[in-house]
Amino acid sequence: MRMFAPYGATPQRGAGDDRTPTRPGWIDAALIVALIALAYGIVVAASHWTAPLTPSASIDLAPRSLPLYAGLSTLRMALAYILSLAFTLVYAHIAAGNRRAERVMAPLLDILQSIPILSFLPGVVLGLVALFPRSHIGLELAAILLIFTSQAWNMTFSFYHSLLIIPSDLREAASVYRLNFWRRFTRLELPFAMIPLIWNSMMSWAGGWFFLMAAEQFTLGPHSFQLPGLGSYLQTAANDGNVGALLLGLATLIAIIVLLDQLLWRPLIAWADRFKLEQTAGGEAPTSGVLRALRRSALLEWLSGHVFAPSGEWLDRAFSRPLRPASRVETAKRETASVAPIRLRSSEAAAWPDRSAAQVVRAIVGVVALAACVWGAAAALRLVAHLSLGDWGNVTVSAGATLLRTVAALAIGVAWTVPLGVAIGLHPRWARRAQPIVQMVASIPATALFPALLLILIGLPGGLNIAAIGLMLLGTQWYVLFNVIAGAMAIPTDLREAAAIYKLRGWQRWRYMILPAIFPWLVTGMITATGGAWNASIVAEYVAFNSHVYQTVGLGALIASSAARGDFALLLAATLAMAAVVVAMNRLVWRPLYRLAEQRFHLD
Amino acid sequence: MATMNQTGSAVNQGTLLAARGVSKYYGDEHERVLVLDSIDLELRAGEFIALLGPSGSGKSTLLRILAGLIAPSRGEVVADGAPLRGTNEQVAIVFQSFALYPWLTVQDNVELGLLAKELSPRERRERALRAIDLIGLDGFETAYPRELSGGMKQRVGFARALVVEPEVLFLDEPFSALDVLVAENLRHELLDLWRERKIPTRAILMVTHNIDEAVSMADRLLVFGANPGRIRIELPGLPTERRAVKDGAHAELVDTIYRVMTNPLEDVATLLPSAHAVERGAAPRYQMLPHVNIGELTGFIERLHALGGREDLYELARELHMEADDILPLAEAADLLGFGDVQEGDVLLTEEGRRFAEAGVLEEKELFRAQAASHIELIDAIARDLHAASDHRLPEDAVIERLEQTFSPIEARRQLDTAIDWGRYAELFAYDDDAGEFFLEEESQPAAR
Repeated sequence: MRMFAPYGATPQRGAGDDRTPTRPGWIDAALIVALIALAYGIVVAASHWTAPLTPSASIDLAPRSLPLYAGLSTLRMALAYILSLAFTLVYAHIAAGNRRAERVMAPLLDILQSIPILSFLPGVVLGLVALFPRSHIGLELAAILLIFTSQAWNMTFSFYHSLLIIPSDLREAASVYRLNFWRRFTRLELPFAMIPLIWNSMMSWAGGWFFLMAAEQFTLGPHSFQLPGLGSYLQTAANDGNVGALLLGLATLIAIIVLLDQLLWRPLIAWADRFKLEQTAGGEAPTSGVLRALRRSALLEWLSGHVFAPSGEWLDRAFSRPLRPASRVETAKRETASVAPIRLRSSEAAAWPDRSAAQVVRAIVGVVALAACVWGAAAALRLVAHLSLGDWGNVTVSAGATLLRTVAALAIGVAWTVPLGVAIGLHPRWARRAQPIVQMVASIPATALFPALLLILIGLPGGLNIAAIGLMLLGTQWYVLFNVIAGAMAIPTDLREAAAIYKLRGWQRWRYMILPAIFPWLVTGMITATGGAWNASIVAEYVAFNSHVYQTVGLGALIASSAARGDFALLLAATLAMAAVVVAMNRLVWRPLYRLAEQRFHLD
Repeated sequence: MATMNQTGSAVNQGTLLAARGVSKYYGDEHERVLVLDSIDLELRAGEFIALLGPSGSGKSTLLRILAGLIAPSRGEVVADGAPLRGTNEQVAIVFQSFALYPWLTVQDNVELGLLAKELSPRERRERALRAIDLIGLDGFETAYPRELSGGMKQRVGFARALVVEPEVLFLDEPFSALDVLVAENLRHELLDLWRERKIPTRAILMVTHNIDEAVSMADRLLVFGANPGRIRIELPGLPTERRAVKDGAHAELVDTIYRVMTNPLEDVATLLPSAHAVERGAAPRYQMLPHVNIGELTGFIERLHALGGREDLYELARELHMEADDILPLAEAADLLGFGDVQEGDVLLTEEGRRFAEAGVLEEKELFRAQAASHIELIDAIARDLHAASDHRLPEDAVIERLEQTFSPIEARRQLDTAIDWGRYAELFAYDDDAGEFFLEEESQPAAR
């Protein structure tokens, strides 16, 4: 485990020197091969990126080009993920550390989360292509940024929330022992947030795959862009009606997802078990064969002793010099542990020894931010002012249609996942076997299945109007299923025994035991699912297939089609409508339900 | 009390750390609640001070103010002759909850204390190993906290504090989360290190609930009162050689402290005729409910009755395997309700108390209801307002608002919760948790008054 942890992994007594070194084995050979392959992949990608701009790469549907496409897409995803991670760490840290910033940043995150990927499209693409008119870099960056918009927000929420709930005694220990900003971050904040951050990272990758097709191939008014990648491959195959290529692309995608799951996420989760907060041992720890193999690697052991640990130490020192220990202002601002959770007010105070200078800078930043907001709002208003009353009516009707669809998708999802999830969750042996399978199935991006499903659904009465519900369902029901299984597994044995002793049967058993017990989990699952359904509407209500565009009435279709036409006014109006509906639903429906779940139906 | 010795860092009798007129408020400008009221305290070299007091008396807040974790609202902390800014560099804390980082090994948790000292990794490791040896943890260096028992975890807490060689060691109820025997063992070892000067620590400040513990360890004892938190009395500890033996002097000092703590509303001077102590603060003027539930209280009264209706509190606590912190609220509740009375460290039953102990379930309720209605101001006020309200309903917010004029928001909520518990049992009112509302049940209306 040392290899991942430059901090806080001490070798045995008296330095690691007197340990018998591990002998090199097959895992080292595998690692070296993997490193060489990675280096080669990056060189290939770089040569592609700096090539002259061809806005619409032609996609070769032959199987032999699949590895390249898969590699390019994975690289894009990885870069977008790194960007998301960086954004998460910075944004959440500022929001959690600065009360004034938090008042703006927390709701802003809510809004950003409700904006679908295609709404970011024009700004991102036009801006970046203008910035790099001659090479592919601009277009690549645009795709990466689009993927980023489907990955970042939930990670940021998770990290922000973790930062707020760090126990006060751990924080106080950090202050008493005068850990500076960097050490606090590496020894306390990041470890504490690690487990939820990893789970959210997995969700973010799933989200990224879901919108990969939209991020690699898009039309913007007269221009259409296509980047070489798996998403474009799938889209092209669907457009050509080439079912064989479609299935092959799908198989490749699933293979990548399985590989990443086994080689990256499982080992990470098993490794992260050490960050569990519980102070006593117990429960089943997640395991990973890959992690076990890595821990026996001589190469990694050598690297950890000679590269990772010294560089960690170096970073530690580099970051501690300019920063002062916890400042007076920071401590003065805090309430005590017993009254309010201690928060991390460090950045602002520590960085500005001179208060008046800090105030001037803050005032300037504030004025500039305000001016930017006013200017942006004015520009948006001017744009939207072009819209006719009919357009607004269209937006309203579309919003209603999509709202109905999300509700229907949610209802269907809940209707079948609750009985099944409870059945699985109440039988631990099934649960253990079913959970990895369900996770696997859920991580297959439904978008890739859309074209195939459309073949079946489009012929049904109602056409895409109804089919869109099915497509949304496909993308979101899994969140509900996961949570219901987890909730049913968490029902304490004594409650189940009591229900058996007092002979609760059928509906009574559901009414008095199961439904209340899984309620908090169900609400959590439904919140994620509705958010997902709204976002999925842009690909569910507007589908290009077999050189034909199918679309129905809905906000998603409106956003997708106006982005494709380059009708920015309508795009903006539809986006605002979607953000407004989603945020309003969160505030008016989900938050009260969530609070109710926390208060009334919280077990233990 | 000696004045500050500005040049005295090398002098043994010098003041290491002092609080000067320290007060702490919570809440905003308009609704401020005083949790610590003008505390003066000096910690001198060579001294072991214990802070005792009921929960909510601000002992832990004071400890955190002295450590620089919280800034005082008024007054100042003087450390080494200069006003304190930021965290106090001469202090290390051992926490009640251990506050170990679960993702770090024992060794790394101990090294955490040294990170800020910018040592080389080797030196850091060696100093940590010395501290680990000193505290008896060798062999556990690579263990994670979750693999350790409570006692071993707290040893890590001690090693982490001692490795920085602090001038002043703060102990925030360090033994209260441990089993009795483990705590005893750890106390001994700490005293051994301290008295034999095996550690360079020059003074120790301990917050505790355990009167026995304080008496057998400290040179000086400060007893705190609540609402607002203040020092009620300062008592000299026993001579070092007499602390370990549980003889008459020991019992007498424990008794004295019990007597002070069980009479939160009386001035210390009237309680202690022998003025061998320094009296420090006046009593508060309002009733505060101790947070005990009815079952505990009933059991306590019945037990007392079985023991003949009068018992020494200290003896009773020992017999029930309870600590002062657990038994004092019970005695206080019995006293408040007029079921009992605390006299000179003894608790005895009143006539009502005897009847309550002998009563059956329904009669118990009747008795409790009568006492609660006539003795407990908060319950009486709620019942009165309910009867006055036309719809016989009363939102809890109104009650909380009133309580918050006297108590911190958290304490106000706890007062309310206790009042709800007692009032429901007394059937003086009912309470709807979903709506956050008090109301009168139909049949309870005529009988209420």
